[in-house]
Amino acid sequence: MLKQIEGSHAVAEVVALCRPHVISAYPITPQTHIVEDLAGLVGEGHLEAEFVNVESEFAAASVVLGASAAGARAYTTTTSQGLLLMNEVIYCIAGMRLPIVMTCANRAISAPLNIWNDQQDSMTVRDAGWIQLFAEDNQEAADLHMQAFKIAEQISVPVMVCMDGFILTHAFEPVDIPDQKEVDDFLPPFQPKAMLDPRWPRGMGLYADPRFYMETRYILHRTLEKSTEAIKQVSADFAKAFGRESGGLIKTYNLEGADVVIVSLGSVVGTIKDLIDQMREEGKKVGLLQITSYRPFPRKELYDALRDKMKIVVLEKCISLGRGGILATDVRWSFPRAEKKDRAISSFIGGLGGKNITQDELRLMVERVEKEPVELDFIGLNKEIIAERDL
Amino acid sequence: MIELSQEDLNRVEKKNLFASGHRACGGCGQALAARLVVDAAGENTIALMATGCLEIFSTPYPDPSWRIPFLHSLFENCAAVASGVEAAYKALKKGPVNIIAQGGDGGTADIGFQCISGMFERGHNVLYVCYDNEAYMNTGVQRSSFTPLGARTTTTPMGNRTRKKDLPQIAVDHRIPYVATATVDDYRDLQRKVKTALSIEGPKYLHILAPCPLGWGHPGDMTVMLCRLAKDTGLFPVFEVLHGKLMNVLKVPIKKPVEDYLKLQNRFRHLFKKGVPTATVAEIQEIADQNIERFNI
Repeated sequence: MLKQIEGSHAVAEVVALCRPHVISAYPITPQTHIVEDLAGLVGEGHLEAEFVNVESEFAAASVVLGASAAGARAYTTTTSQGLLLMNEVIYCIAGMRLPIVMTCANRAISAPLNIWNDQQDSMTVRDAGWIQLFAEDNQEAADLHMQAFKIAEQISVPVMVCMDGFILTHAFEPVDIPDQKEVDDFLPPFQPKAMLDPRWPRGMGLYADPRFYMETRYILHRTLEKSTEAIKQVSADFAKAFGRESGGLIKTYNLEGADVVIVSLGSVVGTIKDLIDQMREEGKKVGLLQITSYRPFPRKELYDALRDKMKIVVLEKCISLGRGGILATDVRWSFPRAEKKDRAISSFIGGLGGKNITQDELRLMVERVEKEPVELDFIGLNKEIIAERDL
Repeated sequence: MIELSQEDLNRVEKKNLFASGHRACGGCGQALAARLVVDAAGENTIALMATGCLEIFSTPYPDPSWRIPFLHSLFENCAAVASGVEAAYKALKKGPVNIIAQGGDGGTADIGFQCISGMFERGHNVLYVCYDNEAYMNTGVQRSSFTPLGARTTTTPMGNRTRKKDLPQIAVDHRIPYVATATVDDYRDLQRKVKTALSIEGPKYLHILAPCPLGWGHPGDMTVMLCRLAKDTGLFPVFEVLHGKLMNVLKVPIKKPVEDYLKLQNRFRHLFKKGVPTATVAEIQEIADQNIERFNI
């Protein structure tokens, strides 16, 4: 049913429709509405689940770890500092192959303290062994949660659904919320591959000495690489069941014959698409490649889609301090070094800590990379407040 | 609360659910305690553990020592993981099952303190067992907040200058239904406390003194004797607190001076100069005397 609702509320409703047994989360802006809505759904009896009110994000992640190990479908949500506090458990959940689903309401990282949107938080745990799916809008954010449980439980890998804080979590948009039967048909009950049960005693979380550790990590890496298949399949199943495209590895827009291609992820692609439409009317050919699955990184799909493109610009809301663009590094790595030496992959960082990314700035970015490649630059930077002595 | 008969409570359980062949040192108080705990709990138990000696000596892949389901996640989150397991059993309408979370000094009183407080406060039906060996033994004998006054560790080379954190009292202050202390020499008492705890709904805390021959500097065959001396001197009071009420304090009719306990351990050797006790020994005696008075030992 199409509803005009807040992004957080849409996510909470869809998560509830996925029938999690255990939910545990610690409130943190801008994720709070998701937690509150789920607590309400459990409290009012709309969702039969255990809602564990914990004392920290670290505990929230640990509670869902224990719940999942005991055979429950488990869900948590956080952002920013909360995700950083969870970090140790995040790695442990992936290493233990527990199919937990998390929403990350993307937000900047301290210091300075900043509650607004960027994607530094998710990016800090990109190497942890989770699948990371980035939503473009609230419909996709809602849809990705149904897909996330299905992917996670199929291949025993946790999935993080990333949605831009405030821009999506607090935005009211029309979202199609399916009914319970539709979700039940799409997402079967959780069948744990292993669980803590005295009837079948088994150990979980054993320690592995050098004979076994690297092999375990290798298996997880290969599983994540191969998870592209599951992500594509589940996205296709979803399209069949619900009649709309969402999820998958990448999406493209106006790529055919594009002179410049922007690669980006998250909600900013909406602004980019509007710009592309405008520029098309002006006779300029700009295309978009949107990353939905950041981990596993869809190297092959990206290469296949962009192999004949010579001017590529990566726009991202995160930075590896002392190095530069994070997504840009992945994109540059996706092309064989020897091939087409004149291919230019430019890197732009913008929107850190909630700074708006405007169409005008994006237009300037495109016009610049049309003329010459840009190794690294920032858009929307107010140089007037940066003193010479700071640099 | 499940009613247990005196016969049930006093029976010594030997089921070998924590099997031999693990990698603990000879005379390890923690290995002995863990076996007594799980044997008292029985097969219908899920054991969780913090990173530490117990986990290292009993869970190497591919030959763990546990014959019941067990899980190890991290150093500081055992109580939160246990909370999650309990929530899952509730949500899945499974059980009843005994859920036992275990940790050493660090996993319980220091790095894991917040998770334990959360588990107590939320009222999860979990028994938390702390194996207190009075320092971080797994990393090679560093000071913990359970390290007693005077004890030498690698990070207090001149002797520790603080008193032990009183975790049993902190547990009581969380208003949980059952708190108890025990030592590994009195296995009947220890197992009775495990059984009592598991018969009660809600969070329970059992604090077990578990001597560490390596860290304390005593021969392995003196583990049991040191437990007795810890009690006989008043340094380790043994008691139960049921629904906030102190009961069953172990009485010691003839108290021994703390010197008798301290002199047998290398970690306290520097407290005696040519056999003559330093001022710290008097301070330790004062702690014992305070315990004797407070608990009416």
